[in-house]
Amino acid sequence: MTPFTRHTGRVAALPRVNVDTDQIVPKQFLKRIERTGFGPVLFHDWRYRADGSPDPGFELNHPEAAAASILLAGANFGCGSSREHAVWALREYGFRAVLAESFADIFHANCCQNGLLPVRLASGEMRELFARHTRASGRYDLLVDLAAQTVQDEYGFRAGFSMDPYRRDMLLRGLDEIGRTLLEDERIAAYERSRI
Amino acid sequence: MSPPRTLFEKVWDAHVVHRLPEGPELLYVDLHLLHEVTSPQAFEGLRLAGRRVRRPELTVATVDHNVPTDDRTLPVADPVSARQLEALAANAREFGIELFDLASPQQGIVHVIGPELGLTQPGLLIVCGDSHTSTHGAFGALAFGVGTSEVEHVLATQCLVLARPKTMEVFFEGALGPGVTAKDMILALIGRIGTAGAAGHVIEYTGEAIRRLSMEGRMTVCNMSIEAGARAGMIAPDETTFAYLAGRPRAPEGARWAMAVARWRALRSDAGVGCDARVTVDATAIAPQVTWGTSPGMVAEITGRVPDPAGFPTAAERRAAERALIYMDLKPGTPLEGLPIDRVFLGSCTNARIEDLRSAARVVRGRTVASGVRALVVPGSQQVKAQAEAEGLDRIFRDAGFEWRNSGCSMCLGMNPDILASGERCAATSNRNFEGRQGRGGRTHLMSPAMAAAAGIAGRLVDVRTWSGA
Repeated sequence: MTPFTRHTGRVAALPRVNVDTDQIVPKQFLKRIERTGFGPVLFHDWRYRADGSPDPGFELNHPEAAAASILLAGANFGCGSSREHAVWALREYGFRAVLAESFADIFHANCCQNGLLPVRLASGEMRELFARHTRASGRYDLLVDLAAQTVQDEYGFRAGFSMDPYRRDMLLRGLDEIGRTLLEDERIAAYERSRI
Repeated sequence: MSPPRTLFEKVWDAHVVHRLPEGPELLYVDLHLLHEVTSPQAFEGLRLAGRRVRRPELTVATVDHNVPTDDRTLPVADPVSARQLEALAANAREFGIELFDLASPQQGIVHVIGPELGLTQPGLLIVCGDSHTSTHGAFGALAFGVGTSEVEHVLATQCLVLARPKTMEVFFEGALGPGVTAKDMILALIGRIGTAGAAGHVIEYTGEAIRRLSMEGRMTVCNMSIEAGARAGMIAPDETTFAYLAGRPRAPEGARWAMAVARWRALRSDAGVGCDARVTVDATAIAPQVTWGTSPGMVAEITGRVPDPAGFPTAAERRAAERALIYMDLKPGTPLEGLPIDRVFLGSCTNARIEDLRSAARVVRGRTVASGVRALVVPGSQQVKAQAEAEGLDRIFRDAGFEWRNSGCSMCLGMNPDILASGERCAATSNRNFEGRQGRGGRTHLMSPAMAAAAGIAGRLVDVRTWSGA
């Protein structure tokens, strides 16, 4: 997994609540047996019109959002299906962090497995970030620092966030969780013996 | 004496292999269910790292999400779907995992066949790369969905690293009225607490209305726990649970059965134990529910009207409701009863078990689907299908003009050819009314099997309690 320490990047804003993983990657693209190839279909049915052309009204298609790597999202982002394809698509598109008031549980876990940093901020902080993004006409950048657990812009915004220490350490070091669990092999074997 | 514990805590504690220094716990998985869509990348990961499956005998696979539901004697027409099905077959062979494939009489939706085979049992920790794994909690198992990386983790280690979720008790007080079902209970709950209302929690459902439900009904309730944002839903096992499991192919037999039941009886929350949150729902006041929007929380009683977005408390909710009404092509104030529909979908891991089909068939018997409506019955498993055929339910549906299909997830998520056309309005027994879920531009109204069946006959949404069948 790519480690996440700190990242500065362009912000895209998607001010909608309850964005489900069906919107992030619609089902017709779930037939791939690879982890790759999902970036081009991220938010497919919102991003492209029925004739396949980009919908200029969709937030990610705004020219200022072209190279966005930080997504501002509404509450309960990533709800619904467990499809990790949603996280693969966000990563492949170029996102490194998603900032929201809340995330669905499975989506949050999937983010941590793929080096996509899910940052929970208070609703007032999210409102402020959306407002700053709007005021800057979308030409808005943020610094997300996992080591310091802060989000800041160059105009004085600064917010702290919390992250469970286990996931934080995994992300900071880019660890392979399976490799780490396999270090507990003796304990797992002992547990198995205790249940026979 | 040990302190009193909840059902959830008892099952969780029994599966802790080790508490990691940073806080989360390493949990042992008793049953790992696989399907074709979320597993291929996990197996590929194992191969790349040169890892094996630790306990293939605790792992069971089936095909459900993308399978065609029409003629099974024909090859799968979509080559991309076929490739995904072949990948699961090859992976199952390579790693020694049992697979219920399209040729198997036990094939079906993963959350239907687990219980049906008796694989799902009280007290087990069950995971699957599918959010509706919460279904299995109806048996007093702790069951939840995981992503593909965690599927790979479980394959390789039989364990999962998880921080302990919080607990929520949802108490359904009193009994349901006639014509009101488990589906209405869970939709009413989601309407009340919202789609993130139980985020970070495991729900335990209690109360008279829960106790009176069949296992099928309990599975419907637990299935949609995820739609309330919960990690899992659980119901303490009782005589209904044991009666359902007795004699199932993978359930314990003989002396082991008696021992298992004795053990299972202890799987209940101790007296005086508290949950982190508690919600009480008056079951006697629940009416048949119908969703009007694009999130399961956008739900109302069938006797209600499409709400006015202006009436929602926050700007974000107002915007979401406005968007939903545009997508659903509905005007505020429109009565839900009478709304014309184009399609009916009776199916999914929520409502495609035998009791669901019986309930729909009772409404359909001797009647015909309204002209212009296309209606589909997709049994949850081949065994449900066979049972329904033995009871003559297929004839009732066919005679009424329903299409009678083979099992699979089908139009719940439209990965196979069963999809809505843009603009079509569907009465569906499934679990998600998200934009495009059943097909791009398709409009989904979630409801119970009896309500969906009645809508198919009437050609419009009706209140199954007062509808005369005209």
